[in-house]
Amino acid sequence: MTIDRDLVLYLESLARIRLTEEERAKCEADLQSIIAYFDQLNALDTEGVEPLSHSFPIVNVTRADETAPSMDPELLLQNAPKEKDGCFWVMRAVE
Amino acid sequence: MSNSSVSQITSLTALQLAARLRGRDLTVTQALDAYYAAIDAKEPAYHCYTSLCREHAYARAAQVQARLDAGDVRSPLAGVPLAVKDLICTKGLETTCASRMLAGFVPPYDAAVIEKTAAADMILLGKTNMDEFAMGSTTETSAAGATRNPRNPDHVPGGSSGGSAAAVAAKEAPIALGSDTGGSIRQPCAYCGVTGLKPTYGAVSRYGLIAYASSLDQIGPIGRDAADCAALFGIIRGRDPRDGTSVELPPDTPKPVQGLRVGLPREFFGEGLQPEVAAAVLAARDRLAALGAQIVTLSLPLAAYAIPTYYIIACAEACSNLSRYDGIKYGHWSRDAENLRETYVRSRSEGFGMEVKRRIMLGNFVLSSGYFDAYYKKALQAKRLIQQGFFEAFGRCDVILGPVAPTTAPRLGESLADPLKMYLSDIYTVMVNLAGLPALAVPCGEDSAGLPVGLQLIGQPFDEATLFSAGYGLAS
Repeated sequence: MTIDRDLVLYLESLARIRLTEEERAKCEADLQSIIAYFDQLNALDTEGVEPLSHSFPIVNVTRADETAPSMDPELLLQNAPKEKDGCFWVMRAVE
Repeated sequence: MSNSSVSQITSLTALQLAARLRGRDLTVTQALDAYYAAIDAKEPAYHCYTSLCREHAYARAAQVQARLDAGDVRSPLAGVPLAVKDLICTKGLETTCASRMLAGFVPPYDAAVIEKTAAADMILLGKTNMDEFAMGSTTETSAAGATRNPRNPDHVPGGSSGGSAAAVAAKEAPIALGSDTGGSIRQPCAYCGVTGLKPTYGAVSRYGLIAYASSLDQIGPIGRDAADCAALFGIIRGRDPRDGTSVELPPDTPKPVQGLRVGLPREFFGEGLQPEVAAAVLAARDRLAALGAQIVTLSLPLAAYAIPTYYIIACAEACSNLSRYDGIKYGHWSRDAENLRETYVRSRSEGFGMEVKRRIMLGNFVLSSGYFDAYYKKALQAKRLIQQGFFEAFGRCDVILGPVAPTTAPRLGESLADPLKMYLSDIYTVMVNLAGLPALAVPCGEDSAGLPVGLQLIGQPFDEATLFSAGYGLAS
């Protein structure tokens, strides 16, 4: 797998991150060596092996459907960079 | 308070301190005075903490003292001060993950482990330094600046729970909480010469733990010895309905060291292992054998695939977990952005450090269309094979013994230049997280430069009790 500048730019876009040119060049080299290392996994035969997401078999964890007080909205908004009328303030998403 | 009375108090283990507090030889306020005096004296050299909470601590001390005076002892560690890694939410107290992104973030709720340690009448001293968002193996990626190894300040304390391990080693805290996603409790414990437990996945609630890789993260204790860690683990473990992966635990039935089958995987003693580390771990093997343990040599053939498997899964989960930092609900906000997308891009670019950005981008890579099957799915398949390898090994042994890290603590600045090299130092620890198993890191000697060496005992799921029993055996 070869990593080039275009792929780094694509990953920046997916990650909603923008690197400086200097960081981008370093990142390209680092990703190249890290992903080349990841490629060692190709040598492992995983034919027919079921992927394992969770370490132990726990399924359908449910809880009783009971009402409980919500957290205080004022407290939750304390960390918001900007709030308006008791809501999170967000820039217009659709023009 | 005189220097000698400070060091008398801070030299006690957490359980010894608790006994003095129960026996009214010491007051909770005196214990806090001693620890804050030690912190004031040593922080300029080591920088273990990101913040302290003196006012909160002394207010709590008065309440806890009143209960102790009335004979109301809520836990074996009642009255004992506690340091907590700065990625565990503490209501009303800043929680930063050692990141610019969360500078000034004050959680509106307590993590489950904070509720439990408070109910046990332990007293929070402060929040400890770490690699940013727990991504790193040296505590050098912290936005608050590096922590130094109390055994030799030219060296790193390890990471990511470097502040917690260093605080316990420097006697700036009797005991601490850390978190372990790929070795982040065990490796700094080994580098600093203290004891720490990575519990079985699901043994401790992750409610209020700021997520890095949710399928691997576990909170665990860091202490002066195995008995202190067992006491704190007893307080924090158990099912919590707010963490669907936490489970009800079976009762503790430790297997005695006499007759214990201890497995040594060949792959843990191969190329790249510093000879002095190997010698110290093998000397511990001999001590266990002298106590009546039966030593079994075995193989974990998938060990060679552990690092790529771990970093693919951890980065994939990190990129998903860290997408919540968008500059809207909390965290760093870039106020000059002209539209919503620019708000995200600028807030994230300014808020995250380079190692965090690198892992988010790696995660996006392994999850992206065209690469998902070749990397992410493949890693989940490898994870199953790695777990099966352990389960097969446990057919022949009760615990597995090996080094925590291939070397003792590197010098400051040595690891940052080459991220792949830093990832490779996690070779012995990440497999345990992938398999969901518990592991106890215990100090077992020093190298010729006087830096500590740590071993790890890896157990079967939910068999922490046997790890502690072997840990006591090694210390005695």
